[in-house]
Amino acid sequence: MTVGAGVVSAPVVRLAGVQKAFPVKGGGSTVALQGIDLDIARGEFISLIGPSGCGKSTLLRIVGDLITPSAGTVQVNGKPAPQARLDRDYGMVFQAPVLFDWRTVEANVRLPLEIQKVRGAERDRRVQEMLDLVELTGFHKHYPHQLSGGMQQRVAIARALAFQPAILLMDEPFGALDEMTRERLNAEVLRVWAQTGTTVIFVTHSIPEAVFLSTRVVVMSARPGRISDVIDIDLSQPRDETTRETDRYYELVTQVREALRGHHEGAPVGVPSKERARAEGGIG
Amino acid sequence: MSQRPDAAATDRAAAPDPSPGAVRDEANAFLVEDAAGVADVADALAVASTTGAEAIVGRWSSPAGRLLRSVLALVAFFVIVGVAWQAFKWVSGDPWRFENILGTGASYFHQPPFRLIQATDIQLPHIWDIAYAMSEPVQRNQDTSLAAYLLGAAVYTWAEAAIGFVIGTVIGIVLASIFVHSVLVERAFVPYVIASQTIPIVALAPIIVVGFGRGLTSVVIIATYLTFFPVTIAMMRGLRAPDPRALELMRSYAASRWSIYWKVRLPASVPYLFTALKIAAAASVVGAVIGEGPGGVKDGLGRAIVNFNQQYITGPEKLWGTIVIASLTGIFFYLVVRVAEIIVLRGRQKMEA
Amino acid sequence: MTASTGSAPVAGGRLPPTGAVVARAVRYLPAIVVFVAVLVLWELSTGGEGRRVIPPPSSIWAAAQKNAEVLREAALNTFWEAIGGLVIGTVAGIAVGFASARWAIARDILLPVAIGASTIPLIAIAPIINNWFGVLNPLSKTMMAALLVFFPIVINVTRGLVQVQPAALELMRSYAASPGEVLRKVRIPNMLPFLFTALKVSTTLAFIGALVGEYFGGSSEVLGRVVLTSMSAGSFSLAWAAILIASAGAIVTYLLVGIAERLLIPWYAALRAGEI
Repeated sequence: MTVGAGVVSAPVVRLAGVQKAFPVKGGGSTVALQGIDLDIARGEFISLIGPSGCGKSTLLRIVGDLITPSAGTVQVNGKPAPQARLDRDYGMVFQAPVLFDWRTVEANVRLPLEIQKVRGAERDRRVQEMLDLVELTGFHKHYPHQLSGGMQQRVAIARALAFQPAILLMDEPFGALDEMTRERLNAEVLRVWAQTGTTVIFVTHSIPEAVFLSTRVVVMSARPGRISDVIDIDLSQPRDETTRETDRYYELVTQVREALRGHHEGAPVGVPSKERARAEGGIG
Repeated sequence: MSQRPDAAATDRAAAPDPSPGAVRDEANAFLVEDAAGVADVADALAVASTTGAEAIVGRWSSPAGRLLRSVLALVAFFVIVGVAWQAFKWVSGDPWRFENILGTGASYFHQPPFRLIQATDIQLPHIWDIAYAMSEPVQRNQDTSLAAYLLGAAVYTWAEAAIGFVIGTVIGIVLASIFVHSVLVERAFVPYVIASQTIPIVALAPIIVVGFGRGLTSVVIIATYLTFFPVTIAMMRGLRAPDPRALELMRSYAASRWSIYWKVRLPASVPYLFTALKIAAAASVVGAVIGEGPGGVKDGLGRAIVNFNQQYITGPEKLWGTIVIASLTGIFFYLVVRVAEIIVLRGRQKMEA
Repeated sequence: MTASTGSAPVAGGRLPPTGAVVARAVRYLPAIVVFVAVLVLWELSTGGEGRRVIPPPSSIWAAAQKNAEVLREAALNTFWEAIGGLVIGTVAGIAVGFASARWAIARDILLPVAIGASTIPLIAIAPIINNWFGVLNPLSKTMMAALLVFFPIVINVTRGLVQVQPAALELMRSYAASPGEVLRKVRIPNMLPFLFTALKVSTTLAFIGALVGEYFGGSSEVLGRVVLTSMSAGSFSLAWAAILIASAGAIVTYLLVGIAERLLIPWYAALRAGEI
């Protein structure tokens, strides 16, 4: 299977026929996700974008084994998702930083390492490395409430990477921040991604953000939640502020926007477009 | 969870507020803490829970449902206490002896394996003995049953408590309103408001009685003393609760402070007020009962407790009956406030203090 | 004032710079002024019957000096009763709190009992408690105090252990953390501020419990009885001395709990005050 940048042997995440229905008060159920097929190769940066209710956060949580699908299979790193979770193959960053108030920045980053029983010098070294990576050196002894929102999210990212997971799941991590901080943190995430080679699945509402960060953008639509389009982002790496000003960037943003709008306005579901065929039949 | 007023920094992430009920303002400097009333916390735990009976009871959120939830909790309280009570006597009390049960001629005897002095029939009468005593005359040669006598006393005590409750609430609202508008006054007096509650009123009760004479006044003063504090603290939080942006909006209309107070702060403080009122309801009953002792009020429950305590050996059920009625008085007052809360806050998001 | 905007942030937990200490002292100034003013006015005011019932501070002080031994003995006894009740009630409350956090059945029993206990005047049971444990025995006052302390503690411990941010639990699940680890790393730290809040409320309750117990009967060497006997003997100065000592004991205990809180959960104090 060929994808964006490079050829890889097996996808690091494979979703086949995934479906999720939630029971609804008063009987019955609502289908959050239907017929999700997606392969993600190692080292990719995938964005999930779509209107509210399209199930993108649910999908992310299914990959992370925080929610069990009603049907279909989820393979992460060649194993079923629950096993991948127990093996700690991924790190997660939520929309709110979810830092523990009673721990210093350093202790917060240390948390996953403690649970994995990493001790002593090795542990301290990794914490230091992570804080350096997100450029928060010197803030070890601060408490979360002493930091701004953007800084707190950086700590959350440092924490998620502390144990060097193969996959990073991010659920609208910059949603609560203002535009300028968000763009700055976008650049940081890209830098971290390039340096660590982690595979990233990133949920967002923001089209510019999705295009700027990703190697591929997965467009989803709602009711029921499904993948309506997958768009390759062929902007060159490394990307920076100037990338946001290129013609190709605008073209891609428009393409994503139209993909989102197209299915919002109810393009006939039964007619296969090239992108839809690719999305539904897996990638390749 | 309480809402944090947003700081000016624009990139502050909407971090979920972890502070468990602290007053987030200048008052912090004086270690002000308000523990949300036990009943409120318990209610919130029940609502939030997904296990056990709470999951069922918690789901009722219509006004009638919420009242039913409170009532059910109180019924469950009596059932649990009653069962534990008799179980305690079963295990460690005096022998249980029943003869000619319900006229059938059958008899029953049970010897508890242990013996604890607290579980004897004198110290902890059987529930049915207490119930029976309620129907008996309160004193020999008198017609009034114990129940009737105690009910009369309860009404009297409750009236005292209610007066203290109202006065305490008014004082609390006024004080809080002043404190919220003047930082200087707040800093000068809030420590004493707090200190007033760390001083056990019981120590002051005798002095109050001497100062104001035996009777209603002293009791009402004591009841007021115990109610104004929770109301003051809760109102301070409530009056400061509105979103700073709502206040900015009002100022942009050149609204006067009074107008802001009336239209924004006061309505926002109502949920907090009710949390405090539920605490205050119980506190005012406690204050009235405590005050009646030294207050020498012969018609109240406090006097009944003192009397029946003196006569304990001759009739332990009477003191216990008084305790039961006193409890029901407290519960009655709590339910009154709860109903008022449900009606006034109909449709509003229930706020946890 | 409210939280700093992040410029020149100071690491949490250390002593604040002298500027902040001075600022805090200045904040307390109006309260101190009021205190001194009231004291002075009290001492200087004249007037008949009021003077008898509320003697000037100087005569209260004199009475305290004269009866120092009695007061000291009584104060210690009452103090130990209250503290004993505080400790017993807190330990029992924590134990039951953990149990009800862990098992839904325990919680189903606890919540109604806690609601009921908080709406009734528990204090009415004081004479019974005296009978159960011996009216002259300090243990009866301790148990009354413990009973009052128990409920706020247990309900707040349960609350702190159960009401954790769902996102935090999701995070721990993503780490495949065991329930024991979640307990140690998330639930217990989350619970500590709740516990201390309840503890502060409970210090007053403990003293109230001890004093009401004494009020219904007790040995002569406790503050409650000193107040009653000195009042019936007409020596109000001594009565006030005992009252003020009881109050001071309660306030000091409250402040000690506050200090313990700052030592054990330093992050919480900084968080609440919104300052560094």
